[in-house]
Amino acid sequence: MDTLIQLLDVTIRSAVPLLLACLAGLYSERSGIVDIGLEGKMLGGAFAAAAMAAVTGSAWLGLFAGIFVAVLLSLVHGFASITNKGNQIVSGVAINFIAAGLAGLLGQAWFSQGGRTPQLPPDARFIPIDLPFAEAISNIPMVGPVYVELISGQNLLAYFAFVMVPITWWVLFRTRFGLRLRAVGENPAAVDTAGISVSWARYRAVICCGILCGIAGAYLSIGLSAGFVKDMTAGRGFIALAALIFAKWRPVAAMWACLLFGFLSAIEIRFQGVELAIVGVVPVQLMQALPYILTVILLAGFIGKAIPPKAGGVPYSKER
Amino acid sequence: MNTALPRWVDYGLMPLINVAVAFLIAGLVVLFVGESPVEAAYLMVRGAFGNGYNIGFTLFFATTFVFTGLAVAVAFHAGLFNIGGEGQAYIGGLGVALVCLSFDTILPWWLTFPLAIIGAALFGALWAYVPAILQAKRGSHIVITTIMFNFIASALMVYLLAGPLQKAANLGPRTRDFEAGGQIPKMDWLFSPFGIDMGASPLNISFLLALIMAFVVWVIVWRTRFGYEMRTLGVSPRAANYAGMPEVRIVVLTMMLSGALAGMMALNPVMGDQARLQLDFVEGAGFVGIAVALMGRSHPAGIVPAAILFGALYQGGAELAFDMPNITRDMIVMIQGLVILFAGAMEYMFRPALTKVFSEKTITAEAA
Repeated sequence: MDTLIQLLDVTIRSAVPLLLACLAGLYSERSGIVDIGLEGKMLGGAFAAAAMAAVTGSAWLGLFAGIFVAVLLSLVHGFASITNKGNQIVSGVAINFIAAGLAGLLGQAWFSQGGRTPQLPPDARFIPIDLPFAEAISNIPMVGPVYVELISGQNLLAYFAFVMVPITWWVLFRTRFGLRLRAVGENPAAVDTAGISVSWARYRAVICCGILCGIAGAYLSIGLSAGFVKDMTAGRGFIALAALIFAKWRPVAAMWACLLFGFLSAIEIRFQGVELAIVGVVPVQLMQALPYILTVILLAGFIGKAIPPKAGGVPYSKER
Repeated sequence: MNTALPRWVDYGLMPLINVAVAFLIAGLVVLFVGESPVEAAYLMVRGAFGNGYNIGFTLFFATTFVFTGLAVAVAFHAGLFNIGGEGQAYIGGLGVALVCLSFDTILPWWLTFPLAIIGAALFGALWAYVPAILQAKRGSHIVITTIMFNFIASALMVYLLAGPLQKAANLGPRTRDFEAGGQIPKMDWLFSPFGIDMGASPLNISFLLALIMAFVVWVIVWRTRFGYEMRTLGVSPRAANYAGMPEVRIVVLTMMLSGALAGMMALNPVMGDQARLQLDFVEGAGFVGIAVALMGRSHPAGIVPAAILFGALYQGGAELAFDMPNITRDMIVMIQGLVILFAGAMEYMFRPALTKVFSEKTITAEAA
């Protein structure tokens, strides 16, 4: 039981940044802007958040700096792919490199710690919050440990990530903004005919994407850790992209996909080199590669079919 | 929009403007960090070309980037974006290492080398084959699958290098050193007629192979039936389909050629320099290939100079980081990103203005 609770706790911690980035990608891709720059925006956000928190000592200012930088990078992506009708994949790749390069360069120039930011004190971070009654019900079997270890004791950004799942669903499927956002991702010409600006709808989607990426980065650098470390996103942006495809671009499914991938990485950490029944020692690398392998299998159409938004990756031109 | 620009503008001036903007922004960042951009540029050029040893290193890096740049370019011509050069090169290294580990004690290098070329190309091509066949037959997006395959390759190689292929646990994740039969000759003689000594720089004969491959790619893309089909598919899949060109075969073969070129990149560091297979030897070269291909406009004649520019950036950047500790090699990564942004994603930003300038010129020329 304890092992399982620990495993699930690590699962949630690994899933939160994935979930935020995945929802970020959801807004962008649903509007027809393919985004492989999630990784870079998260990294930029993580660096900005940690740098600002280190200088001001405020976690909130850090969070806003993270969001600001990630949105800025998003707007570069938007400018390239919406206004200039450039190749969205190329632009995403560029964002990843620019963010990684700038974070390393500025990190070294400002703090001279080999690209790290200074260690943050607890008030400059988002620290775990104990929910009410945690003490009181900790002794109840089953419910107690689950409430105390899993539900309580996460940080604010983690709760935000899970709250964003129903909100994203509601925004996309129950509001006018969401309807337009999905429409420009499926059939921009129809939206244009209705007299609604395709570019503006897409820009707004891209900004939403930047906000969530910034929060995802802040969760890593001033939530989970106490500072920025070079390349700290470590491919999470791409796992989030995989989760997005795995979830077939749907918010609730995205949460489950991120929890699944989080669970895989929890297993990888927990059972490193441990002999298991029947299978023996599972190589860590297999567990690391599993999210990617599963996504390839899914994309190949062997577990259902992942159909992306119809106008994804195609710049919209009014006239030919 | 379809106003044709003179070729020298399209293939010469535009890339130059794009790169100039990228460098301008990099210069501003250097200024922002509190160093002198002019000084930084000087140190970088000196670090890349200052003496024979540095030139050797610049060309060594350039060799790698010619291979990965060609790999990306070949796929571009068929309208495919192979972002998996990194993984294909990594697995290509496995091919090189298996050949070298098997034959380095029994064959001389000039027999191992051709076998290693085949090994590298074959393994790289196979790693590109799966995403290609999934794209062609099942419609899975090649960008996503090749990204996934990069990560899978990385996990696989960590497993192999820290497991079955590892020499000894205390030496870290790498194979044993290759014997003389698994090492290819250096090219320190290249500039000796001019009195330039390259010293112990790692430039080796895979540089020549890279130039040969650039020519081979030109022949395949512009002088064969397959190249014609490939370019047709890239420009208009419907036209290719209408003309009865076999789409599945073109996609698969193009991607395998692309993967083979990326895989051959491994010959340079693995056989030419380190003489062993070690963790992360690709060091992002697969991604530099994207920048090189975009800057070189996917033409071998553009890719070779673009690769040399990036070789100079990598070598000069390393020297610069040494002289100006405030400016780390991360700046090169940023410049690479900026080049990809301006030469790739925003390539049309300056086009309307250029079209205006040059079409006006032709009008005045005609009037006169």
